[in-house]
Amino acid sequence: MSAVLKAPVTVEFPFTRSLGPVQSAFLTGLRERVVLGVRTGDGRTLVPPVEYDPVTAEEIRDVVEVAPTGTVTTWAWNHAPRRGQPLAGPFAWVLVRLDGADTALLHALDAPGPDAVHTGMRVRVRWAEERTGAITDIACFEPYDGEAGQLTGGTGEFENPVGGIVAPARLDYTYSPGRAQTAYINALADRRTVGERCPSCRKVYVPPRGACPTCGVATEERVEVGPGGTVTTFCIVNIKAKNLDIEVPYVYAHIALDGADLALHGRIGGIPYDQVRMGLRVEPVWTEGGRYPDHYRPTGEPDGDYDMYKELL
Amino acid sequence: MSKEPVAVVGIGQTKHVAARRDVSIAGLVREAARRALDDAELTWADIEAVVIGKAPDFFEGVMMPELYLADALGAVGKPMMRVHTAGSVGGSTALVAASLIAGRVHGTVLTLAFEKQSESNAMWGLSLPIPFQQPLLAGAGGFFAPHVRAYMRRSGAPDTVGSLVAYKNRRNALKNPYAHLHEHDITLEKVQASPMLWDPIRYSETCPSSDGAVAMVLTDRAGAARAPRPAAWMHGGAMRSEPTLFAGKDSVSPRAGRDCAADVYRQAGIADPRREIDAVEMYVPFSWYEPMWLENLGFADVGEGWKLTESGVTELDGDLPVDMSGGVLSTNPIGASGMIRFAEAALQVRGLAGEHQVEGARRVLGHAYGGGSQFFSMWLVGAEPPTS
Repeated sequence: MSAVLKAPVTVEFPFTRSLGPVQSAFLTGLRERVVLGVRTGDGRTLVPPVEYDPVTAEEIRDVVEVAPTGTVTTWAWNHAPRRGQPLAGPFAWVLVRLDGADTALLHALDAPGPDAVHTGMRVRVRWAEERTGAITDIACFEPYDGEAGQLTGGTGEFENPVGGIVAPARLDYTYSPGRAQTAYINALADRRTVGERCPSCRKVYVPPRGACPTCGVATEERVEVGPGGTVTTFCIVNIKAKNLDIEVPYVYAHIALDGADLALHGRIGGIPYDQVRMGLRVEPVWTEGGRYPDHYRPTGEPDGDYDMYKELL
Repeated sequence: MSKEPVAVVGIGQTKHVAARRDVSIAGLVREAARRALDDAELTWADIEAVVIGKAPDFFEGVMMPELYLADALGAVGKPMMRVHTAGSVGGSTALVAASLIAGRVHGTVLTLAFEKQSESNAMWGLSLPIPFQQPLLAGAGGFFAPHVRAYMRRSGAPDTVGSLVAYKNRRNALKNPYAHLHEHDITLEKVQASPMLWDPIRYSETCPSSDGAVAMVLTDRAGAARAPRPAAWMHGGAMRSEPTLFAGKDSVSPRAGRDCAADVYRQAGIADPRREIDAVEMYVPFSWYEPMWLENLGFADVGEGWKLTESGVTELDGDLPVDMSGGVLSTNPIGASGMIRFAEAALQVRGLAGEHQVEGARRVLGHAYGGGSQFFSMWLVGAEPPTS
């Protein structure tokens, strides 16, 4: 048995977030080098701030300033920072209770090594050179021996408040299509389409999944299907997709390959898009080095009879 | 021991729009929840548990709403859980919440669903590149359009039927202040002249991208007795699932949908849904799904659903109004859309639907589906408590 295929896959998207009044005040404050929290009904000051009281669920809008200095309440050493983390070299993740706050803020502490970090140590904000209204406007914290930092005494309101942020998300996976699909993909390299038959209901799955979703049993018996097939249904795509290098309009079709018990999906070419029809007989068109048929084209055979493919739409 | 009857005593929605840049996600769900509590004249302290639903994680990048939104929803110190079932999630979330009442686990439960499509990209979320697979498709329209063509072939429906649904639902939306699309100058000609996106689906026959949230307060018999306004009573509720693709799948009328409806009717004692149900809030993201679901849900025989649409039966003043609120075709915060159907069904039997109220609606079906027509959730609500 050949090795199961594997490949890296990265899922990445710049999600946006509208901030609402409280997070807007907090991030705008950071841009102006002022740390703001919120005061709850029972007089506690929460930094970072939240919109709703964690105890009473009441809305909180009472923004108050706290000092840019504080005390580490707990920490963990990060030996090997990953991409996107606050500092390139090893640092400590710290929870810092800023002077004037009742809760702690998670951030990075720039320290020479774990021996230089302890719970209860005093730290202060190191501001980023360029600030945009984001948590990264605090570049990190640094050890600090002086007095508690001074408040600016301002109202906490600034011109041009930040209304939204971009929150890029990225996930890195190793993807494997598994045993059955590996065999299917390898067969395609020889320009053959190979599915698997369910030992119980005898249906042939293309592409195979290694199991029959109806019977819940493993499938092993390989069955070559096609190369010819029948268009069972389709649509004409008129929207150009950003990540897809196909000219519109094109026909996206369900194609029941001869011998398969469900249709696979493919593009129809070699015929004007407005002449494609249900029942059209097609065959795959391969391109040099292509992992899949580039598209399917008419064979010229008479159209399939609806009754023969109506269960395969 | 019989189940506790479940009553809907509070409903809240946000005004659904393309982008709510003035609020965070927490602020958005809070708005709907607050309105539901106000409708029920209850406070956060009256809520015993919170059940939340939202769209699939990639759609808007919020992986743990139950963690992020606990304080916004007054859930501290209470059970809070999240439900996942793609586009049908709003319906299944309500049913999970209802089961907590029916099983007498809790007396009063807050359930809600939301999505901010403006902060996400559903088309991207549905088209993630997968190694070794041929990229072919972009978004839901291309996935569902071949099924619509299959329906047209099977039923012999004239190709204007889809435009009739869109025209009706967009006019209904004009009577619903919470609907996203308010197309005051809509005409049938404009629908029929709109660009063909995924032939046979036109632009005006597709749903919009919306930001919005919906919430309901569900309670038991004692809670309903204390409620200041009429309750909607649950007479039946069910969910069914099946794979997206399998040999023998009927994508036009999936078995999971038929079985789900049959289960709801059995619970509610409905023998003839066409005669005994007064109206339907149906999950119709592409206009042709109205006639398709009319058949799937047993309101018409196979191949006959389009005749109800064409003859005006599903109009707001018809014999079986469908999507009185304007439906998904007029409002689509995906994660919330199923629960909006359930909530709008409840508003109808409470007599509180305002301008889009169906006169004398006593029994109304709320319907949701999701994924590749693989998840179904439905409930039937009535103006009177269930008798059994």
